[in-house]
Amino acid sequence: MHRRTALQLLAAFPALAGLSQKALAAQWDAVLAEAGGQTVYWHAWGGDPKINDFITWVGQKASERYGVTLEHVKLASTADAVARVLAEQAAGQTEGGAVDLIWINGENFAAMKSQGLLFGPFAEDLPNWPLVDVAGKPATVTDFTLPTEGYESPWAMAQLVFEYDTERLKNPPQDIDSILEWSTANPGRLTYPQPPDYLGTTFLKQVLYGVMDDPAVLQSPVDDATYADLTAPLWAYLDRLHPTLWRGAQAFPQNEPALGQLLADGEIDISFAFNPGRASAEIAAGNLPDTVRTFVLTGGTIGNASFVAIPFNAAHRAGAMVIADLLLDPEVQARAQDPAILGFQTVLDLQALAPEDRARFDALELGVATLSPAELGPVLLEPHASWMTRIAQDWTARYGVAQ
Amino acid sequence: MTLLRLAPPLTLGLMAVPVAAGLAGTALPAFGNGGAGFARLLDWPGLPRAAALSIGTGLAATVLSLALTVLILAAFAGTPAFARIRRLIAPLLSVPHAAAALGLAFLIAPSGWIARALSPEVTGWETPPDLLILNDPFGLSLTLGLVAKEVPFLLLMALAALPQVDADRRLTIAATLGYGRIAGFVLTVLPALYRQFRLPTYAVLAYGMTTVDMALILGPTLPPTLSAQITLWMSEGGLARRDMAAAAAILQLGLALCALTLWHCVEIVARHLIRATAFHAPRLPQLDRPATLAAHLGSLAVAGSLILGLAALSLWSVAGPWQFPDALPESLTLRTWDSAAPALAATAGTTLGIALAATATAIALTLACLQAETAEHLVPTSRALTLLYLPLIVPQIAFLPGLQTLALRLGLDGTALAVATIHLTFVLPYVFLSLAGPFRAWDGRIATTAATLGASEGRIFWRLRLPMLAGPVLTAFAVGIAVSIGQYLPTLLIGGGRVETLTTEAVALSSGGNRRLIGAYAVLQLLLPAFAFALATAIPAVLWRNRQQMRGLH
Repeated sequence: MHRRTALQLLAAFPALAGLSQKALAAQWDAVLAEAGGQTVYWHAWGGDPKINDFITWVGQKASERYGVTLEHVKLASTADAVARVLAEQAAGQTEGGAVDLIWINGENFAAMKSQGLLFGPFAEDLPNWPLVDVAGKPATVTDFTLPTEGYESPWAMAQLVFEYDTERLKNPPQDIDSILEWSTANPGRLTYPQPPDYLGTTFLKQVLYGVMDDPAVLQSPVDDATYADLTAPLWAYLDRLHPTLWRGAQAFPQNEPALGQLLADGEIDISFAFNPGRASAEIAAGNLPDTVRTFVLTGGTIGNASFVAIPFNAAHRAGAMVIADLLLDPEVQARAQDPAILGFQTVLDLQALAPEDRARFDALELGVATLSPAELGPVLLEPHASWMTRIAQDWTARYGVAQ
Repeated sequence: MTLLRLAPPLTLGLMAVPVAAGLAGTALPAFGNGGAGFARLLDWPGLPRAAALSIGTGLAATVLSLALTVLILAAFAGTPAFARIRRLIAPLLSVPHAAAALGLAFLIAPSGWIARALSPEVTGWETPPDLLILNDPFGLSLTLGLVAKEVPFLLLMALAALPQVDADRRLTIAATLGYGRIAGFVLTVLPALYRQFRLPTYAVLAYGMTTVDMALILGPTLPPTLSAQITLWMSEGGLARRDMAAAAAILQLGLALCALTLWHCVEIVARHLIRATAFHAPRLPQLDRPATLAAHLGSLAVAGSLILGLAALSLWSVAGPWQFPDALPESLTLRTWDSAAPALAATAGTTLGIALAATATAIALTLACLQAETAEHLVPTSRALTLLYLPLIVPQIAFLPGLQTLALRLGLDGTALAVATIHLTFVLPYVFLSLAGPFRAWDGRIATTAATLGASEGRIFWRLRLPMLAGPVLTAFAVGIAVSIGQYLPTLLIGGGRVETLTTEAVALSSGGNRRLIGAYAVLQLLLPAFAFALATAIPAVLWRNRQQMRGLH
């Protein structure tokens, strides 16, 4: 009986946004009761052992605190999980889906939201939601210009930073134009992950910010009429850059860890990551020499938030919500920010935390290669998701089929 | 005994039905929607090159593998060197494709072991050279990897066939007539041998054209081979992409069929050529010395690239800091193994569980088929033999996407049981091929003697035949385990990402470049089949410790 009631409550959950705190608390108790004993399948990119270990640790917390078992389904690409849910929808499977929780943002979120593949809204009803720094970090509620509307819950902040080894490179280039000059003078020492890889496409967008006259248009969807003219400087830039790249742009690393490995192996001199703490974490893990430092470009670099979302047909919604809430827990957020663990920036408003929770963050060392929030400089907003899709496609047509 | 009669059709069904159902499941979305999938595929600018890469690497790898196999057989058959090669075949064959590819990548990359060993003394390189060796646009490293992996397979098939064609006596007669080793082998043994060899060669060709895991690791990326691109599209999401992937899968199937037809035509021409020239062909004894040298080098390259590659993987899994151009790591540490132990143990457990389930079922079905053959006096037709090779010849990439959709609709995907079932389809042919020879070669007079003493068919099977064939059964078991552990695409697609095996993990990690962790997964991928082969050797030795005559039987 109890189980059935909880299920009914759960079904009504998205509609309860207007409820009082007390009612919400009762609501959450029902979710917790329903979640106990569930196994949540979290589909998350599995290419980085540090992140995998972190997710394992979150799983231990979930099992200790709530009796929820967390299974990390390691994906090669987030699109795998999207494809999965899409296939289930096509097969008419509206209940008991295989995916309970997805690490998601950007185009995948936009695609799933527009096709009705997401459960929600749920994020703003999570007990830890009030701790999120919505005002200071607008990217926690705006995903690639698309309002999240509670259909995904943030868990980490990311910003593009460049990495270099001070032993080999004294004065790294400071903007997109000087990167081209530097690469021309030092051929074979720079590359980027092959689009449609996420980080590779982000590099293209960063170039776009650097070569466009008016980057503000990036906040609107791609307009076919102006697209060719607006992106012409990007392709011109790449046409000049590619002959100077690692392997003469005849091959590209496939993702962020592969790019980082090239820096570690001394095959390239400048690398970049979407995690300002990555370099410090890799130094701590012994994978990068401790002479590696990070820098950002004058004028700022692209930043965004990582989210979790729940598919419409997830078999274990309650458990998935419990995990989404747990990810916002100050203890979990502080662990993620620890450069020895992940070095991800928190989504929480430190001022809103209880003193003992704020102390967890104060106790963290920045890490030898991590820039302070002030040094990280301005955060450029992610362009509308259609830009990412479109330039990744065009990139493949231009450079991905080796004419 | 009537139940036994059902075994052959059931076994063939287990191989043919998934292939047929999967092909239908792929064809439906490919041709559905007014052929939109094909239209989109034709619009993709990378298509000509991806298709050409698929054909080129597949044909080149097959020609090279076959040539090297024939060369090794011709140069070494009947010599002590052949005994050494024979001992290496099973362990080399048990190396999963993904592990072999990763090992090769660790070896030949500009920052790989070979460059490290030669730098900076020989090469002068202080940092890895900016050379395009891995993922080269012509698929050369992919071809090399395929050859290294297929030569042991073809040699194993040849070992089974050589005694049946009476190779030794043919070679002796040719030698007494003054023919060189090579000419004698090609003119007298090869025509008979190749007949037994054809289906395995077709399997090599089809595999070479359509491999996904090896192509993802070693193959080009701008664009990748057609099969690798299909897998990328499959996982990219979007129904449009899936239609396109299905259309490409059908195209891939067509390409494979074309290549097989072409190969068959070459066979016919070659047969006529050998026949027409055999009687007045030069005896070419002067060819023997260079050919033997080439065979030595070739077998050394194949065995060396596999063994050194695996050594590199093992070393990385225990390496401390290891900067280029040091030939060896600064220190050794178990840190990688320690921190990955829980994940490794869980994944190894799943992998082994699936392998054991698939292999045990395959062994039972194979024994039932073979026993039915004996008890019911069934004669295996050549059509049945072709069916046996069906899952090996029809490209996996052509029927697995359809099978995935089907399994999804039936709610059967994403479980270890579903993965074990699809593994069975691929394990069965190898187990059958490995066991059928020894089973049929068992001396029937023993059965006759037992029958005259009043033993039933069942008693003869359980008390005489099976115990005496314990060695071959265990070897077939080890082969089955190795085949199951090596499966990438079936595990990925039917497992729906939720069933992780050592192979899917190793390939997923391969793009990330964490060599230590890749090394750990690949080493486990190797150890499990190696352990199975070790057991297959050790158990008969213990069983037959009091029976000298039995020890040679495995």
